[in-house]
Amino acid sequence: MDNKPMNWLTRVVRPKIQAVFRMRDTGESLWDKCPACDQMIFQRDLIAALNVCPNCQHHLRLDPKTRMDSLFDGARYDWLDEPVVAADPLKFRDQKRYPERLREAKRSTGREEAMRAASGHIDNLLCVVGVQDFSFMGGSMGMAVGEMFIAAAEKARALSAPLIIFAASGGARMQEGMLSLMQMPRTTIAIQMLREAGLPYIVVLTDPTTGGVTASYAMLGDVHIAEPNALIGFAGQRVIMQTIREKLPEGFQRAETVRDKGMIDMVVHRKDIRQTLSRILRMLMNKPLLPHGERRNMNGAFTPIALAAPPRI
Amino acid sequence: MRTYLDFEKPVAELEDKIEELRQLAAKDASMTISDEVARLESKADSLLRQNYTRLTPWQKTQVARHPNRPHCLDYISQLVTDFTPLAGDRGFAEDKAIIGGLGRLNDRPIMLIGQEKGADTEGRVRHNFGMARPEGYRKAVRLMDLAEKFKLPVVTLIDTPGAYPGVGAEERGQAEAIARSTDRCLSLQTPLIAVIIGEGMSGGAIALAAGNRVIMLEHAIYSVISPEGCSSILWRSADKAKEAASAMKLTAQELLALGVIDTIIPEPIGGAHREPLQTIQQTGIVLEQALAELDGKSASEIITARREKFLAMGRQGLL
Ligand SMILES: [Zn+2]
Repeated sequence: MDNKPMNWLTRVVRPKIQAVFRMRDTGESLWDKCPACDQMIFQRDLIAALNVCPNCQHHLRLDPKTRMDSLFDGARYDWLDEPVVAADPLKFRDQKRYPERLREAKRSTGREEAMRAASGHIDNLLCVVGVQDFSFMGGSMGMAVGEMFIAAAEKARALSAPLIIFAASGGARMQEGMLSLMQMPRTTIAIQMLREAGLPYIVVLTDPTTGGVTASYAMLGDVHIAEPNALIGFAGQRVIMQTIREKLPEGFQRAETVRDKGMIDMVVHRKDIRQTLSRILRMLMNKPLLPHGERRNMNGAFTPIALAAPPRI
Repeated sequence: MRTYLDFEKPVAELEDKIEELRQLAAKDASMTISDEVARLESKADSLLRQNYTRLTPWQKTQVARHPNRPHCLDYISQLVTDFTPLAGDRGFAEDKAIIGGLGRLNDRPIMLIGQEKGADTEGRVRHNFGMARPEGYRKAVRLMDLAEKFKLPVVTLIDTPGAYPGVGAEERGQAEAIARSTDRCLSLQTPLIAVIIGEGMSGGAIALAAGNRVIMLEHAIYSVISPEGCSSILWRSADKAKEAASAMKLTAQELLALGVIDTIIPEPIGGAHREPLQTIQQTGIVLEQALAELDGKSASEIITARREKFLAMGRQGLL
């Protein structure tokens, strides 16, 4: 994304951008640059559009709180308690000690771990939502993420509510070794229990969803939705290129291609995700149509919709 | 021709010397070498014993990948009678990285599913070095369905450097295939016993290893990522595999302590590749024991016990 050739515009504009970023450091900036189209965007506009570039529709990453705010009715919801897990089960050390890396992630994100969950209403339908946080150690899946997922599934069962997971992850938390890999079967068990309870489990795959997360709970949904252009796959592109020693095809592992290959149901713009979830879940949960979507007229007569344009699929 | 690992060099020298003496004696009948050979043999033996009782995690990685280590097909040919391979995922292809079929383990009918790396160059190509594509995992799911329908236990033999990272594999849903296979292991109404016989790497391994019992050979390794992969990601350098192997806790002994596996099968002195038959027989005994322990259990007992075992992992004794 960043290695685009510089054009005359960026060359001319760059010094100004740097000035803007300096302003941003002092908390006074009003502008952000879209990493996809390089356009300068009013921060206010970016926030209003849920971090989607108004110019090119590129979906930037979204933090868990903003995601929750955007989903639940009146931005009201209850956070689930964050599970307590072993802080450093392997006493892992690479160039740094694992607890040190965790502390840095907590400091830079202001959050405790890479997944958070909450319960609340979406169009009056009680739901449990888990959001994975790529900015926290690449959204990597360790004990804390696994336990949060399981707690969210258990909450959904207790409330007889559907579970929605927004996945975003580079894969396993290597610093937790096999305890990280074990989150694949552990989260799968939580999904099986939802399945047995007859409760919907919907996955929204956001950029990027790869590795052990894709190869477990992100691919076991009743319905798979992805955000536009999200990277979705199992193996990393570098590893694949080293193995096959060829260039990767255009659009490889991008949401639209993954949909065309049959792995996800639909690619949905961020602004439409809430209503898409609401529509699907109301049908799966056998709830009546929402008043604002009512197709019957005042007299209760059915308004034919046959003349409406067929859905584009 | 025996393949020696780098830390086995001193043993290799001793064994070369023994071989040399034997050849000399064969030419010259007047030579008496038995004393010298016995002395060298006992020295080699004690060296091996020293080495193998305290292998480092990186050395174990090398042993687990040893080309002469018994592979899935060796276990099948020694342990399983009436083996009847079953092929294909019924959707796209047959994937020879995963072997599956009906057979009898000490007369008991079982479904055997295992990863095969191949014994020689041609075999390694045919079996894709034990790196399965989605079809392999989908075949495994089909065979688990079949086993469940006829109430047969499933035995899996894990030996893979990982699921195949290719364009086609990705496009045909490698991640989904792995997820569904893990899912099927965990919903299986009959017992599933998994044995890590060599290397069990990442999602490609867990897809077949979510069992009621997870057993490891003494020098096998089981890991979330290869030491090389971990090194290149966390150390940003390819040459810290040794450190990564130690840091990740991928040995049978460490994983038993962490509660990730249930049992360790001891290997002969010098590793499974020195005495393959003995290793395989020992594995057979442990497998029969594990299956016997689960005899007579109901479907719901089997499923519940398996779930509880995985849900308990990492929760106890670590805080
Ligand atoms: Zn843009």
